[in-house]
Amino acid sequence: MTVDVLLFASYADAAGAPQVRVTVATGACVGDVVAEVRAAAPALVLPARPLVAVNQRYAPPTQVVLASDEVALFPPVSGG
Amino acid sequence: MRTALVGVPIDLAAIAAEVLTPAEGALSLFVGTVRNENGGRPVDGIEYNAYAPMAERELALLADEACAQFGTEHVVIEHRTGFLALGEASVAIAVAHAHRAPALNAARWIIEELKRRVPIWKLEHYTDGTREWVGQGRYSPVDGDAGAPDA
Repeated sequence: MTVDVLLFASYADAAGAPQVRVTVATGACVGDVVAEVRAAAPALVLPARPLVAVNQRYAPPTQVVLASDEVALFPPVSGG
Repeated sequence: MRTALVGVPIDLAAIAAEVLTPAEGALSLFVGTVRNENGGRPVDGIEYNAYAPMAERELALLADEACAQFGTEHVVIEHRTGFLALGEASVAIAVAHAHRAPALNAARWIIEELKRRVPIWKLEHYTDGTREWVGQGRYSPVDGDAGAPDA
């Protein structure tokens, strides 16, 4: 299945786009999606365990991703 | 209780008035503003960028949690997005409570959690024309300029 991963702030700048499309196997988890993003956007240097949200909720690397999910990958937040 | 991401200046007096009822004896209002320097670098403004739907959801969750934890229903949080000039309010948190301690503690708790959880990022604009994303470490692009925040 294909997943369009939303990128924000410095991650979007590094990748040169606000999202990156990756292909993962059905049943893939957040960690698998991150691994594919690393491969698809080599200019985007990610920490070992970047922040990921699935359907606008923080998600652990083990969470299974569905084709219909909204997946976002972003750097440490700095609001306020 | 109300929370919002807003694209226009925050009306502090309106927010304070919104939470205060005759049943409350204390109102705390925390306001975060744009400072003119960061780490010794002169700043002339900050651009706030948000993952809007998630930021709105997290702000609402924060307000809910604060109400439950501190025993009030009177919480308003507004966070600005877009470019803000020096001195402008980026975030305002108003809490009204019967007593001062929970009013103050709730505002403090909310701003600390907000800075930890809500997906909003600061792009600082420096007086020398350069820009940098705050708190994202030293970015090391593989090809020299891919990490330029204004690329």
